[in-house]
Amino acid sequence: MHSLELTVNGRSYQTTVTLKTTLLEVLRDKLFITSPKVGCNSGDCGTCSVLIDDKLVRSCITNALSTQGKEITTVEGLSKPGHLHPLQEAFHEKYGAQCGFCTPGMILAAKALLDENPKPSRKDVREALSGNLCRCAGYGKIVDSVMAAAEQMGQAKN
Amino acid sequence: MTMKVVGQRVKRYDGMAHVTGETRFVDDVIVPGTLTVKALRSPVSKGTIKTMDTSSAEAMPGVAGVITAEDVPCNAYGLVPDQPVIADETVRFKGEVVAAVAAVDEDTALEALEKINLEIEEEECVLDPLEAMKPDAPKVRPEGNVFMYDERPFRQIILGDIEAGFKDADVVVENEYVHPSLEHAQLELQTSLAVPAASGKLTIYTVSQALYFHLGQLCGILQMEPDQIQCKSWAPKTGSSWRHNAGFSDVNYIGGTVGGGFGSKNDIHADHVTALLALKTGQPCKWRWTREEDLLYSTFRGAWFITIKDGVKKDGRIVARQMKSIRDAGGYSSLNPYVVDKHSFVATGPYFVPNVQIHGYCVYTNKPPASSMRGFGVTPSVFATELQMDKIAQELGMDPWEVRFINAYRTGDQTPTRRVLNSVALVEVMQKLAEKAGVDLPDKLKNMNSKERGWT
Amino acid sequence: MKKRGIGIGASLYPTGMSGGGDSSQAQVKVQPDGTVVLTTGACDIGEGCKTVLAQMAAEVLGINYEQVKVINDNTDNCPLSFGTFASRVTYVDGKATVDAAEKARDILFEVAGQMLEANPGDMEAVDGKISVKGSPDRSLPIGEVAGAATFGMRKLVVGLGHYMREPSAPDPETGEIDPFCTLAWAAVLAEVEVDTETGEVDLLRLVCSYDVGTAINPLLTEGQIEGGGAMSIGAALSEELYPNYPSLEQAPTNLGDYAIPTTMDIPDIEAVIHECPSTNGPFGAKGIGEMTANTPAPAIINAIHDAVGVWIMTLPATPERVLRALDEKGGA
Repeated sequence: MHSLELTVNGRSYQTTVTLKTTLLEVLRDKLFITSPKVGCNSGDCGTCSVLIDDKLVRSCITNALSTQGKEITTVEGLSKPGHLHPLQEAFHEKYGAQCGFCTPGMILAAKALLDENPKPSRKDVREALSGNLCRCAGYGKIVDSVMAAAEQMGQAKN
Repeated sequence: MTMKVVGQRVKRYDGMAHVTGETRFVDDVIVPGTLTVKALRSPVSKGTIKTMDTSSAEAMPGVAGVITAEDVPCNAYGLVPDQPVIADETVRFKGEVVAAVAAVDEDTALEALEKINLEIEEEECVLDPLEAMKPDAPKVRPEGNVFMYDERPFRQIILGDIEAGFKDADVVVENEYVHPSLEHAQLELQTSLAVPAASGKLTIYTVSQALYFHLGQLCGILQMEPDQIQCKSWAPKTGSSWRHNAGFSDVNYIGGTVGGGFGSKNDIHADHVTALLALKTGQPCKWRWTREEDLLYSTFRGAWFITIKDGVKKDGRIVARQMKSIRDAGGYSSLNPYVVDKHSFVATGPYFVPNVQIHGYCVYTNKPPASSMRGFGVTPSVFATELQMDKIAQELGMDPWEVRFINAYRTGDQTPTRRVLNSVALVEVMQKLAEKAGVDLPDKLKNMNSKERGWT
Repeated sequence: MKKRGIGIGASLYPTGMSGGGDSSQAQVKVQPDGTVVLTTGACDIGEGCKTVLAQMAAEVLGINYEQVKVINDNTDNCPLSFGTFASRVTYVDGKATVDAAEKARDILFEVAGQMLEANPGDMEAVDGKISVKGSPDRSLPIGEVAGAATFGMRKLVVGLGHYMREPSAPDPETGEIDPFCTLAWAAVLAEVEVDTETGEVDLLRLVCSYDVGTAINPLLTEGQIEGGGAMSIGAALSEELYPNYPSLEQAPTNLGDYAIPTTMDIPDIEAVIHECPSTNGPFGAKGIGEMTANTPAPAIINAIHDAVGVWIMTLPATPERVLRALDEKGGA
């Protein structure tokens, strides 16, 4: 067993892992942060997406020890009670979520995009979310949600 | 009546929980002391189990329980109850569960599976439904490879006089269509968590799309009726107040929020196994299938082979349809006979055909059981019928829109199952489609409606 | 060379289990303050039944949608629903919900009738009030009525609703049966661009026109149209569980190999909602959950034929199949 220290949603944690423990296992099984989902465990579906130092990664194929000292963000970290992130507002408003299983990962993929490119085109959004599968919604309303959030965040800055 | 809430774009009821990550799916329910379940699956598509020795696995540290067919009180379930929870003696498909283990963690459970001594004598299988229909084909099931609808090996739908219809036709258009097997690929994997209580009450967290449908089946599985020959004498090691004749109120089935279904969760995949292991071990048991298991061994949309022979008049009217459809059902009935029924009932699509003969076959092969998937058997019949409409248009030198408008159901038309239709709207739906898509329909089609044929 | 083509498809879809017999129940409880708890056995698999059933209950009781809470999470408490399949929940569970809400409303009418000295049959529930029809000044807030019912008259303001279409079995000879609650109707247009060098099909446009009876929530209806459309696009162009059918060899073991559409494979789907009310459904609704996954695929295949003159008779239209068909035909 190896010691692992990391920060998740602004709170620091210390835990022990093996050489093959994934970040997803640490989050779900040790820290009980369950918004990153197990959809494939092979990096194909994106439901386990989290941000490491603001970069989008698939936590199911990320070795836990590689996140030593890093800052992890899950969708739980985007909101405070009564205050949603504009992406969360938009996904709720524009019906970007159907069953909700892909939604946490999808929102984080969108956040990683908007951090880099605050004024994306619909095509930019589609490219940025292409690693996150959704089987319910057909993606149109997900793209609508991200565009609406970008617009709202742009206005808030001005 | 003016409506104030119905028709409004109100926010999704559970949308807030979805976007904050608060929505709790089965895999997100954490119960201390939960054991991890893994299943041993048949390596062959057809065979007879010769040896099943679980003693080494059971003796392993960390293994809380192992179950085989011996442990299932009533080992047959489904709408047509022909599928065992755990294969007993014979296996019908590669991947069929032959034993299941509950252990302290995944590694231990997987190691225990390797210690189960399983010997299966492989037998000749049949994977192609067209081969399976031949008299000398290997038997998938003792009752025969074709499901019997009453006295017939197919569902028959008859309307009018098919021979007279073909005589009346100017042209006959006949084609074969193949619709492949498809996977639901719902993102939430098949998952189940069963939590026993000393009181005898069992709580099961389920991904089911149909709580009560599955609750009934589950109680059937857990029941022990002396006159049911497939039932074995069995008693749980703990939870002794569990009644053998389990009733609905002995199980609290918790679900209702599902991470995508599309028909993949209309059959019980995991709840029966976790329930049995929870009762046997007295501990919470959780089974989350891997994506590979879900793709390869859960239910799916079975393949279809569809032959359509239409008798058509030069003016575009279809006056006869003869259709033969074969469904690859896989190894067990699951919802397949119903799927074939649904396919057959609406096999002329949204079109009025006065003379109809539909034969829908449900054929068993040594594949995992197919079952429901969004659209049941209607999806392949729409595929075949809509290609057929374009082929008819091509044959007659007619516009594909016009062929559809001419044959579209009108109010008062009779369906192949002899229902007289109301609330018909295909003509209007097509007109709106053309408008939205910027297609300028001929006046003749623009002036049609669903109330009357508009042509003779 | 890239060639474009347009194809259409049409279909109908039956609402409810073929053959009926699939019952659903609901309970609507009006709390002493006039807020409402709807209890149903229907599972929300993403289609949004918690939302549409709450909308129906709110409509019947004349209250805001936000005042309805939905419980659907366990069989100890929730009444029976046969399940979320067969495009049945909006219709069948909807009818049960409306029935339950009307029965709860009847209790409120009776109580308000006593309070307002009016005939319960003359009351209506609108804008959060129970009123005498045609006399807006004679009205009481629903919370006041529910409170008086609970504490003053010792009544439990609960409505229990049920719906089941009579079961019927097909005639063994003719197949005659009454197999559906109602029918919904669809027509779809697809425009594709086919690359005759690579066989790749690019879906440029998908326009979907659906009769849904009454759209209880148009956003959810669009969600079904777009999601079902995506599923049908996958069926048309990329998905195949057994690539070497009937052999099991090379069956996909992960979602990289079983290629469901990504954001890059789906155009912005254009939806048209037509409303031809069902004669018997709740508020005229029909079920459309499943039918949205049926019609795009043949429209796409017909569009491929329009573009390059080949028929793909076996789905999906992979580049390999398109190229083979072009070869057999002797070029585009």
